[in-house]
This record gives sequence, C-alpha cells and structure tokens, in this order.
Amino acid sequence: MLPNSPGLGFKPEHFQAIAETHPALGFFEVHAENYMGDGGMPHAMLTRLRADYAISVHGVGLSIGGPDPLNEDHLLRLKALCDRYQPESFSEHLAWASHGGEWLHDLLPLPYTPETLTLVADHIDRVQEVLGRRMLLENPATYVLFEQSVIAETEFLAELVRRTGCGLLLDVNNVFVSCVNHRTDPRAYLDAFPLAAVKELHLGGHSEEDLPSGPLLIDDHGAPVADPVWALYAELVSRTGPLPSLIEWDNDVPAFPVLMAEADRAARILGAIRGQAYAHAS
Amino acid sequence: MPTHREFARAFQMGIHSGTLPPGLTACNSDEVDRRFAVYRNNVIHGLKQALKQRFPAIERLVGAEFFAAMAQVFIQAYPPDGPILQRWGETMPAFLEGFAPVASLPYLADVARVELARGRAYHASDAAPVDPARLTEMALSNSEAMVLALHSSVQLLTLALPGGSIWAAQQPGGPAAPTTWGPECVLVGRSGMADVRVRILASSEAAFLAALSQGMPFGPAVHAARMQERGFDPTRALADLLAARLIVDVALAEKGEFR
Repeated sequence: MLPNSPGLGFKPEHFQAIAETHPALGFFEVHAENYMGDGGMPHAMLTRLRADYAISVHGVGLSIGGPDPLNEDHLLRLKALCDRYQPESFSEHLAWASHGGEWLHDLLPLPYTPETLTLVADHIDRVQEVLGRRMLLENPATYVLFEQSVIAETEFLAELVRRTGCGLLLDVNNVFVSCVNHRTDPRAYLDAFPLAAVKELHLGGHSEEDLPSGPLLIDDHGAPVADPVWALYAELVSRTGPLPSLIEWDNDVPAFPVLMAEADRAARILGAIRGQAYAHAS
Repeated sequence: MPTHREFARAFQMGIHSGTLPPGLTACNSDEVDRRFAVYRNNVIHGLKQALKQRFPAIERLVGAEFFAAMAQVFIQAYPPDGPILQRWGETMPAFLEGFAPVASLPYLADVARVELARGRAYHASDAAPVDPARLTEMALSNSEAMVLALHSSVQLLTLALPGGSIWAAQQPGGPAAPTTWGPECVLVGRSGMADVRVRILASSEAAFLAALSQGMPFGPAVHAARMQERGFDPTRALADLLAARLIVDVALAEKGEFR
C-alpha cells in the first residue's frame, strides 16, 4: 500500500535534487516501460529511489482496453520489474494503445459495451494472475464519445472492480478534463464513482483549446494543476479521507522545487482533512 | 454495431489517415473532427518526440523542420511494433538509405547506426570492471592465453562512411567534421553507469576488438591486429580498454584452444 500522502512522478533530471535534498514525500511513481532495459542509469536511479521511498509502478503500454490478447512478453517484463523492485502499487489505464501488432503509444479511448467490459475484465484477470498482485485501473481523460457506448464510465469501472477485484486509480484531472469536454458535471461523476475501490489519486495539469461550443481541455501533464482541479480534489478527499496523491508533470518538466510546491499544496489539503478528522474525534 | 476489433482497426487507420472512425460522437457532433484530431496529434507528437530523443545528431544534421517531416514519413513506414518506445527506430538506417530526399547525405544512415548503438549501450546490463591487479597478474603469467570478457554495452560498428566522426562533429565542442570520406570502424561502449562513449578505431584496434569479442585469447587477437598494422601496440590497447572500464572479466583459455 502506498502511504496516504503526496507523491511525485519521477523524472530522471530531478534525480540529483532528490538524492541531495531527500524531500519529504510519500512515494515516487515511475512509468514501467522506462525501466525495461537490462541495466544502466534507469535501474541505478530506481534502485536508489526504492531504497528511500515507497514506489508506484505505472504502466502505459499494456493496452488493457485493446481487442488483442495482452502481450505476454510484456506481462513477463512487468512481472520481472515488480519482482525486482517490489513496488507498493502497480497501475495501468482504462485505454488501449495497440492493435494488430502496431503500437500507437497513446492512451486511446474505448466504447463501453458488454463486449469491452468482458474483454477488459479478462485482461485485468490475466494481469493480476501473472503479477500475483492486485492492480489499480485509472479512469481516462477523453475528447470524444461513442455511439455504441451503452454503459456509463463510472458504472463500467464499478463493474470491473466487482468482477476482477482490482482497485482504482482516480485521476482527478482526468475527471475534470473529460467532464468539461463532454459538458457534464464533474461532481456528478464523482458521486457515481466507486470511491471505496480508490487506492490512489492523480493530479496533473492540462491545456485548453477553444471549440465553437466551448473549451476543449487536453490532458497534457505540462502545467501546474488547475485551481478547479484542486477544488475537486479537496472536496473528494474530505469525503474519502487522505489517499496517496500523485502530482504528474511529464512535458515541459520544470525544476524540482516547482514540483515540490505542487506536492506541498496537496500536503496542505490532506493536512487540513486530517485536522478536521482530529477536531471531530476530540 | 462494429466489434471492438473492427472499432480499433478503424480508429487506428483514422489516426494515420484522418478519416473519422464510425460511431465517433461528441456532445456537439459538428466538433468530432477537432476532437479526434487531439488523438491524432498526441500519437504523432509522442512518436516524433521519441525519434528526436533517439536521433539528436540526425536532427541537427538535417534541421528540426526537415526532421519533423521525415519523422512523419518514417512513422507511416515503420510504426512501433512493441510497447517499449526506447527500442523503436532500429530500421532508421535502412529507411534513410532509401529515403530519396536525403540521397545527397549518404552518411546519415551510418550516423543513425552510431545513435542506435549509443541507445543500446545506455540500457545494456551492468557489470563491474575487472580488477586491474588481477588482469596484471594474469598477463604476467600467460598473456597469450588470456581471454577477456568485454562489457555487454560494447558494440563494434563497421561503417562504409565516417558516421562516428560526423556524429562526433555534431556534439557540443566536438572536433571538426571529417574532410575525407572513407570507411570507419567505431567502438561504442558505456563506461560506468551513464558515460556512453564513441571512439573511432584504427583498423588494427578494430581487428583486435573484433577478435576479443569473438572470445579469442589475447595472443591471437594481437596477431589479428598486427595483420592490419604491424606497429599495433597491445599494451596501449589494453590500457585504453581498462581505462574505459570495458573489460569485465579475465580467464585463461584451455590449452590447445585457438591453435
């Protein structure tokens, strides 16, 4: 289990700052596919991080929502990585990235149907069987909808939890991005979300384009977490209690102190929750 | 209703062609094109970034704008065939050799071979360098029969054009670009955890290293080197390899081997 405190997405350019300052953080998260070489600096850095922090391994290449059977070689690589580093958490996405042997290396959306529900549940079963651990599945940021979808995303995720026993990674920025893009209410989405299964939260930045009908938000992880996302986060954790809360910043990565300032903001929100709980208890 | 497989195929083709897959919708259906374009842009941008990271010298040689356009063609011709992006791009030299707009820059393929080898070296497995005292001891007892194990990052490239020298000239503070164009042997290896080095070899050094990497003992490897250049200095070659921390083990060949 990851600690119920802020964590950061690890960027190699921050390694020195982390090693020198040993920041007070609950955990670091790494993208699994960046640590699948045989040796060298990536493993040296991850070994050092592992010694000092809890670790979350976050996969981006399994294509759990794709039509093809999972790539068994890749599953075994994930297993080797998890066996080697014993991360506190392994997570992947409700998305697809490959079809027919070609990898698009993006998190692509899928229609929510009885067919895809069965497919994704089977894939999660296989992941949990091979890794020998429970995985977390992350809700996507989406830009389009599908006529063939007949199941609400929150219901789809709840049913996956029921069928596979997996946990969920709730990306608060993705909720905001998707709901703004589809002109729906993020609070209604969160009300329908199976919060009891949530074991980790993600917070990241987005960018904005203009469409004739209004804004189109892009989940680009290239900016500070937006204020309305912080507000949603604060409301959410006041309901769930403190949860492991990751700051993601993958593009135009700033200096380490900028990321720490984001983590500190999450820590203050979590601290306020703990303070309230304490006040209630006393 | 399309099956999920039919859906994914149409979506994937749409990413490349721009044709909207069936069933795509949005709260405002006039905007589906703009929304689908986000996925198209993300895929292409992500893959271009991966190529930029793997082939920075190629990008400097052809310029950022040309590189971006060429990357687009490469992506269509050789899309990634696996989930690990850092392994993608091995077909770049073959692509460059056949890409008509760069026909006047025939050395690009060899520069790409150097960059690919650097990427492989960066991720090669770790091994501690051999203890120099142990190597010295072995050399004094029977240098002829010493078998040297080289670090797994070691790659010997035999290039038709001076790809190593051109690569070096593209580095900050690097030497001037070569003025004569001949074949070139290049050693790529990683010293320690992160220091991936590119070294241009004399033909004797290349023969020496090729023999060692085939598992030949030191004596026959020196002989192979001297067939190339009589003046080959084995002590110097060994010292260079030791200094670069590229020898990871030493053993004595069985008697009668390599006769």
